[in-house]
Amino acid sequence: MSEQTTSIGSRVQVNLVGLSKSDYRGNTSTLCQGCGHNSIASQIITACYELDIVPEDIVKFSGIGCSSKSPFYFLNRSFGFNGLHGRMPSLATGALFGDHTMRGFGVSGDGDTASIGMGQFKHVLRRNMRLVYIVENNGVYGLTKGQFSATAEVGLTLKSQGTNPYMPVDIAWEALVGHATFVARSFAGDPKQVKELIKAALSHDGIAVLDIISPCVTFNNQDTAMHSYQWGKNHEVALHELSYVPPAEEIMVDYEQGEDIEVTMHDGSVVVLKKLERDYDPTDRTAAMRILEEANACQCLITGLIYIDTSQPSLTEINHLTSTPLNRLPTNRIRPARETIQQINDMMF
Amino acid sequence: MSALQTFVEEGSATKMKHKVNDFSITVATVNGSGSQTANLTLLRALFKMGIPVSGKNLFPSNIQGLPTWYTIRVSKDGYLARKEEHEIVVAMNPTTFVDDLADVLPGGAFFYADDINYPINRQDVAAYPMPVKQLAKESGAPSDLRSYVANMVFVGVLSQMLGIDLDMVYAALNFHFKGRTKPIDLNFGVVKAAADWAAKNLEKSDPYLVEPMDATHDLIMADGNTAAALGTIYGGVQLVAWYPITPASSLPEALQSFLPMLRKDPEEEGKNTFVIIQAEDELAAIGMTVGAGWSGLRAMTATSGPGLSLMTEYAGLAYFTEVPLVVWDVQRVGPSTGLPTRTAQGDLTFTYFMGHGDTQQVILLPGSVNECFEFGWKAFDIAERLQTPVFILSDLDLGMNNWMTKPFVYPDVPMDRGKILWEDDLEKMDGKWARYQDVDGDGIPYRTVPGNRHPNAAYFARGTGHTIEARYSEEPDVWHDNLDRLKRKYQTARSYVPKPFVETMPGANVGIIAFGSTEPAIEEARHSLQASGTPTDFLRLRAIPFVPEVEQFINEHERVYVVEMNRDGQLHQLLTIEFPDLATRLVSIAFTDGMPLTARKVREMIVEEME
Repeated sequence: MSEQTTSIGSRVQVNLVGLSKSDYRGNTSTLCQGCGHNSIASQIITACYELDIVPEDIVKFSGIGCSSKSPFYFLNRSFGFNGLHGRMPSLATGALFGDHTMRGFGVSGDGDTASIGMGQFKHVLRRNMRLVYIVENNGVYGLTKGQFSATAEVGLTLKSQGTNPYMPVDIAWEALVGHATFVARSFAGDPKQVKELIKAALSHDGIAVLDIISPCVTFNNQDTAMHSYQWGKNHEVALHELSYVPPAEEIMVDYEQGEDIEVTMHDGSVVVLKKLERDYDPTDRTAAMRILEEANACQCLITGLIYIDTSQPSLTEINHLTSTPLNRLPTNRIRPARETIQQINDMMF
Repeated sequence: MSALQTFVEEGSATKMKHKVNDFSITVATVNGSGSQTANLTLLRALFKMGIPVSGKNLFPSNIQGLPTWYTIRVSKDGYLARKEEHEIVVAMNPTTFVDDLADVLPGGAFFYADDINYPINRQDVAAYPMPVKQLAKESGAPSDLRSYVANMVFVGVLSQMLGIDLDMVYAALNFHFKGRTKPIDLNFGVVKAAADWAAKNLEKSDPYLVEPMDATHDLIMADGNTAAALGTIYGGVQLVAWYPITPASSLPEALQSFLPMLRKDPEEEGKNTFVIIQAEDELAAIGMTVGAGWSGLRAMTATSGPGLSLMTEYAGLAYFTEVPLVVWDVQRVGPSTGLPTRTAQGDLTFTYFMGHGDTQQVILLPGSVNECFEFGWKAFDIAERLQTPVFILSDLDLGMNNWMTKPFVYPDVPMDRGKILWEDDLEKMDGKWARYQDVDGDGIPYRTVPGNRHPNAAYFARGTGHTIEARYSEEPDVWHDNLDRLKRKYQTARSYVPKPFVETMPGANVGIIAFGSTEPAIEEARHSLQASGTPTDFLRLRAIPFVPEVEQFINEHERVYVVEMNRDGQLHQLLTIEFPDLATRLVSIAFTDGMPLTARKVREMIVEEME
C-alpha cells in the first residue's frame, strides 16, 4: 500500500492500483441499521481495495429483495444490473460473456436463491460460470415484512407468521451437491473470515458460492433463531483460520508444516487454512458432505471453506472464445465474409 | 350465382381434364416410420424438374405411431398454399386407410400399400396397389432399415406413374444423404425397382402428369428456421440461449450446425466469436439473452408460445431497462399447450403488449423463407439502434416446412451498432453522460457496456424507477418523464422497421391486409377473386409499430379485410386501436384450426363478408 497526495494536499492512503478506499464505496445503504448485509458490503469494499482490484473489472448482479439492493452500496464504479427475482444467475451468465476478462459478483438472498431462484441457482453451479455468488442468508423475507424463507429452520416462530412447519433448504449443501467448485459458509458477525473468503472467491476461476448467515435485525434476530447474531456467535465453529495470500506475496503466515493446508488458486494466489480443532481438507468432497451433515446433527454453524476444486474449466474457458472480448469484436470479425453467401446458397437444395 | 359458387364449379369442371403440373399429393404414413425422407425426395425431385412446388408436413405431437400426412402442391401457376382437395393420395397407414380413400377427389388417384387389407370401395378413383413389403425385402436392406426404405417404394411408383425424372430423384437423394453412396444406392435401388415394377404391372387410368418446366432454376429450397439461423449468423449473433420447444428448436439447432462453420474468428485461429447455450428453461434462456444484450453482445433466443409466456417478465425488464435483444417466436397453436405441431398466428397481441404496466414491443413479421434470413440479420440492427427487444413472429408452417424461395442475399448495409459509447467517446465528453438522457430528441439514449474501463462508464441498471443517471427514484415527474420518453422512442421505431409489401390490381377498391405465412393463400385467392370480377389490393405487413404506409393503405380503400390465422382477429384489434377513425373500414377475417390457410378458405370468408 502506498500514499498519494491529493489536489487539496491531504494525504490519502491508496493501494497498488492507485485507488483509495472511497473509490470502492457505493451509495449510502437504505437497509436497516445493523443489518448483516451492510457488514458484508463493507467487507466486499475492503477485500476489493486490499486485492488492488480495479472496480471497472467487476460487474455486479442481483435479483430482488433486501440482499439484492446491496450491490448499490458498494463498488460504484462497477457496472451493475439489478435483475429479476431469482433470475440473477441467467442474467450474469449472459452478461459475463460480453467481456471474459471481467469478474462477476452476484449478491442474492435466501428467498432469491432457495425459493424462486432454486432452478437458476442449481444450473449456474453446473455450468461453473466465473461468478462470486453470495447468498445473504437470514431466513426471512425482509422487504415484504417478515415472511418465512425456505432456509428458515423448522419450528421457527415469527411474529404474525406463526411456526414454520417445513424443513429448511441448506444452501451450502445444495451448492455442494450441485457440483459447485467453491463452497463456503460464513457469518456476517465474523467479518475477517467473510473478507478472506471473498478474496479467495474472487481468485476462483469458476462459481464460488458463499452462504453467509446475515441476520435480519428487524424480523428474525431473536436469540433462539438460527439466523440471529446471538445464535451465530454462540454456535459458530470455524473449520480453520483462513488467510488469503495474493499471487505476488511470499507466504509469511505462521503455520505448522504438515498440519495446515494450502490451496493454490488459478491466479497463483494461495489460500492458507490454519488448522483449528480438527483436520479438515476442503478438497475432499466426501468430507465436505460429512461436515455439513454433522453440522445439522450438532446444530452448529460450521464456517469456512467447505469445498474447493480448482481443476474444473470455467464456462468461458470451455467456449473457446477469442482473446479480444466478444463485445469489442469489430464487424468484420462477427459477420461472415461476402463470398460465403454463395457457399450457403449452394448448400440449400 | 355467387362468386363462391363460380369458384367451386370451376374447380369441378377442370378436374376431368388431363392435368399437368397442377394437383396436390397427400402421403399418409405413420409418424416415425422414416417417411419424411421419401416425402422430401419427391418434393425436391419436382423442384429440380423446374416445377413450382410446396410441401407441408401435417404431423402429430408424437415421436412414433400416430398418423401423419405430408401434402405436396404441384402448381404450374406458382401457387404454393396448401390445397384442401386431394387429387392424389398415397396410403401407407392402415389406421387412416378408410378416411384417406374417402378423401380422394373423384377422378383422382389412390396409391396404397398392398399389404393393407381393406376393400377399395370407390369406382371413381384410379386405385394402384404397391408391393411395398415385397420390394423393401428384395432391396437387400438390413431388417432394421427395411421400414425406412419401404417408403421409397411410393417414390418409385409415383415417379413412374406421374412422369417424375428419376435423375432428379437421384439428385434429391444425393442431397439428402450428403453424397454418401451407400444410403443413396440403397434408397435409389428401391426407387428404381418400384418404378420398374410399376411400368410392368400398373396401367395409368388417372389424368395427372408432371412435365419439366423452367420456373425454379433461380430459386433455392429451404425452411424458415434454417433461413432465420443463417440470417442471424450474418447479423453477427454472439450469444444464443435457448430451450427446446416445437416448432422453434430447429432454429437454434441450425445455429449449432452453422455457427462453427461460419463464425470461427478470422484473426485468432480456431477461436469462437459466438456462444450457444441450451438453458434450463425459457426463463433462463431470455435471462442470458438480456444479460448478453446489456453487455453489448448481439444476443438472441428462439421459442414458441408457451416459452414466450415464460419470457414475459424479462421482456418487460428489457423494455424498461432498454436492453437490445432478439426473440424469435415460431408460432404454434395456443392458448396453453394448444396444438404443439400445428401452425397459427395467435401471439400477435400478446407480444405487442408483452410485459406488465405500459409496454409496447417492436415486432417483425417475415412472410417468406427469404425474409426469415433478411430479418435474421436486420433485427439486430433495429434492436441495437432502438435499445429494445425485437420480436420476430414466424410460424410453424414457415419455420419447419421446406419452401422454394429466392437465394439469401448478403446484408446490403453495414451493421448498425446504435448509440454506444466507449472509452474514447467518454474521454471526448469529459466523462459527462447520463444513461437515460434523451440527447438527440428521438427518445433513444446513449449506452455504455460492461468492459468499458472509463471511470465514468458504469451505471446500475435496474427494473425500478430511475433517473436519467439510472439512480433509484420514486419521484412522480421522473417516472412520468421516463415513460414518456419510452413512448417517444417507440414513435422513432417507425422509421427503422421494415415497410409493408404492397401489391395492387387495377380498379380495386377493397384492400386486404395480412402478415406472415398466409401470403401464398391470399395471393391465390386474390387471383380467383379478380377472375370473378373483384380485384383487390394487398398490403402485407412486415412490422409493428405501423408505418405511415399502413394508414395510407386503409385510407385509400372503402373496405379492408384483415386476414389472419387466429380466432380473435388480433391484427384487426391492433389496427383498430391505432386507427380508431378508420376502424369502420376494417373487416376481420380471422380463422384458425391448426392447418395452413388455403386460398379457398380465404376467398370463402371474404366473399361471405362481402354479401
